[in-house]
Amino acid sequence: MIAEAVRRSPLADYTDRFAALSTATDGALSIRELPFVSQVDLRADPKDSDLMQRLATAIGFALPIVPNTVTSREDRRALWLAPDEWLVVGPDGQQGAIERELRNGLNSAFGSIVDVSANRTVIEIRGGKARDLLAHCVPIDLDARVFSAGRCAQTLLVKAHVIIECRDESGLILYVRASLATYAADWLLDALTE
Amino acid sequence: MLIPCPWCGDREDIEFKYGGSADVAYPRDADAVDDATWARFVFFRPNPKGQMTERWVHTAGCRRWFTLVRDTVTHQITTA
Ligand SMILES: [Zn+2]
Repeated sequence: MIAEAVRRSPLADYTDRFAALSTATDGALSIRELPFVSQVDLRADPKDSDLMQRLATAIGFALPIVPNTVTSREDRRALWLAPDEWLVVGPDGQQGAIERELRNGLNSAFGSIVDVSANRTVIEIRGGKARDLLAHCVPIDLDARVFSAGRCAQTLLVKAHVIIECRDESGLILYVRASLATYAADWLLDALTE
Repeated sequence: MLIPCPWCGDREDIEFKYGGSADVAYPRDADAVDDATWARFVFFRPNPKGQMTERWVHTAGCRRWFTLVRDTVTHQITTA
């Protein structure tokens, strides 16, 4: 309980700045941190179809095999990171459960499961201007026709490695290293003035 | 310059790192080779004006290594 009380997200200090932005743009653009998202990194052999089936049964949906796509069910999502690597995410506090499910699925197969929840924080960018804003900072094509719902990408936000996920037409999710979160937030807020 | 990652498709070159010449074979019997052969393996690389087969890694993306052919004059890339 004590750990809960002192827990502090990487962008806790940006809450007011993000909120002011929402107000200033009349809701056309909103940025907020989604703190403490559970994140578990999974590596497993995608060619082992029995294993893929076991993992799908364990988490309740199939892992994405198509590069840079996302599959999900209810509040759990799986992001493709590499041919044999995924990021399985869920709400705060679910990392233990996700880890257990994946471990059941992996069983004795070769692979790895690591709780990386503290590795990154999550920033939600929402609104009609979300893509324009992010396009100022990343070198990938964020056009809605290309980067549509269910797609994700690992790329650079200026110099910081990030994962970007498209939830829906006007909602983009940014996963950024905790230690680079303020760097990313400063860039986003600065890009707004351009 | 766009570089075609076999997994992620075309991405800007800043997402990649260069891994030098491809197809540099490790000496079959490393303990037995003489110094000159070893030095040739470690330090000597082709430096063509024209097509070169190279290793690249998609550092900021899927982190996979792959091989491509790049023209050192025009930077035209073709898949290996
Ligand atoms: Zn890639």
